[in-house]
Amino acid sequence: MQKEMVCIVCPIGCNLKINLDENMAICEVSGNTCPRGDAYARKELTNPTRMLTSTVKIEGAQYERLPVITSSDIPKPMMKAVMQQLRHVVVQAPINNRDVVVKNVCGLNVDIIASRTMK
Amino acid sequence: MRTYDLVVIGGGSAGLAAALAANDSGVKDILILERDKELGGILQQCIHNGFGLHTFKEELAGPAYAERYIDLIKKQEVEYKLNAMVTHLSDDKEIEYVTPTEGYVHIKAKAVILAMGCRERTRGAIAVPGFRPAGIWTAGTAQRYLNMEGYMVGKRVFILGSGDIGLIMARRMTLEGADVLGVAEIMPYSNGLPRNIKQCLDDFDIPLFLSHTISRIEGRNRVNQVTIKQVDEKMKPIDGTEKVFDVDTVLFSVGLIPENALSEEAHVTLHHRTKGPIVNESYQTNVKGIFACGNVLHVHDLVDWVSLEGAKAGKSAARFLKDELHQEGRTIEMVAGDGIGYIVPHIVNPDNITVALECMFRVTRAVKNVALAVYRDGELLKTVKKVHLAPAEMERIMLSKDDLKGCQSNIKIQISEVK
Repeated sequence: MQKEMVCIVCPIGCNLKINLDENMAICEVSGNTCPRGDAYARKELTNPTRMLTSTVKIEGAQYERLPVITSSDIPKPMMKAVMQQLRHVVVQAPINNRDVVVKNVCGLNVDIIASRTMK
Repeated sequence: MRTYDLVVIGGGSAGLAAALAANDSGVKDILILERDKELGGILQQCIHNGFGLHTFKEELAGPAYAERYIDLIKKQEVEYKLNAMVTHLSDDKEIEYVTPTEGYVHIKAKAVILAMGCRERTRGAIAVPGFRPAGIWTAGTAQRYLNMEGYMVGKRVFILGSGDIGLIMARRMTLEGADVLGVAEIMPYSNGLPRNIKQCLDDFDIPLFLSHTISRIEGRNRVNQVTIKQVDEKMKPIDGTEKVFDVDTVLFSVGLIPENALSEEAHVTLHHRTKGPIVNESYQTNVKGIFACGNVLHVHDLVDWVSLEGAKAGKSAARFLKDELHQEGRTIEMVAGDGIGYIVPHIVNPDNITVALECMFRVTRAVKNVALAVYRDGELLKTVKKVHLAPAEMERIMLSKDDLKGCQSNIKIQISEVK
């Protein structure tokens, strides 16, 4: 059986073709122009993950919201739960870029970190 | 009147890179004029990931990318003014600006770099029929409200236009709890990157209606309904294909236009296709000493190319100030052939090329397995194979000093069949 998908690792967006055997195990990935495409296809079919970016409330700063990012990719089905947790987070200025805003969010061993300095 | 060596108008990604490069090239009397309350430009509201793959070899969120440049500007002690709105620029490089602390200020510059960026096309620009209630936004404005000011602009959303900003806002609004009912695109293909279709729409089961446009907006005070219609190949709406959505918000992501009000005041000639200045290999406009870079010159797809272009304009301005830029001599015209919308730079003085010339351009149609052919004075110089080309993505070709040697009148780039 063959599956097709678009690689989302970089802006090129390769069209990937994945050959699966009768047990739905991955035999071969083609269409990728770099090794990251191969790894992405295997992960996307077994445990799809995404980097998550959002904002949290910040007090005493020049803006109302502080942009944040996950320290690494998280399982796709967990995005909603993480967003839910971020809804209740309030931080105080000043914040430095890369400061940890939430440690080990939703028990995923991933931190939520600031993606800018805000005073 | 205070005279600066170099004034950079706009402190976004183009202006910051330009000022830094000029500073590195020995220009020490620089002023950046930024109208917002901080440097960084549009990057500050682009909180998503993926910036800097080429510049920094890593993927950063927009604000983090901006911060790298802002830190360097501060470290190098390049002067900048915030909340500074430039109200006038003349062709003899006199600049008027206003700030809340200084009031009205009149200065002069030996060189100017235009880095004002671009503006979003609005509902008015594409004349959508219906009422004009509240709840209708350009996608970028909604993005700033949501990501910086802390306002959610609506709960049931329809988006017109499948450019990257529209797609990214579809995901962002969904993650924040809104129902995004669909994205309509008048073209038969999306103008966004394939990865954004996947991770912004498909991931959240948001439907994309290709060859569709909004035919009616309803609502007296607040928008309450949109109707979309399929369009034929001439983009005319087809009766009987209506789909109706109950919404409280409509976002428009229907293109960007370079912001050239100041350029026009300074008698800078604009290009009919890019809507930005016509520039030469040094990113100099027709007005000597006025340079342009970034989205004010032509709308880019990746910030990395904006930074690169800004740096080149900054270096050129430094050469101009040291009187090292050849203003006379032969001129090669860059010709956009079949399938090419435009090429930047538009004209080339080969005497100013030190190593190579980077040509940036966009194609006018989506094609697969073709070649880009480069002609010198009508003779084939080289071809570059391309697996896929799309209008949404900027293309680049490098021409060496040797490639340009002996060229008498023009270089043409066009799409051709692969032999």
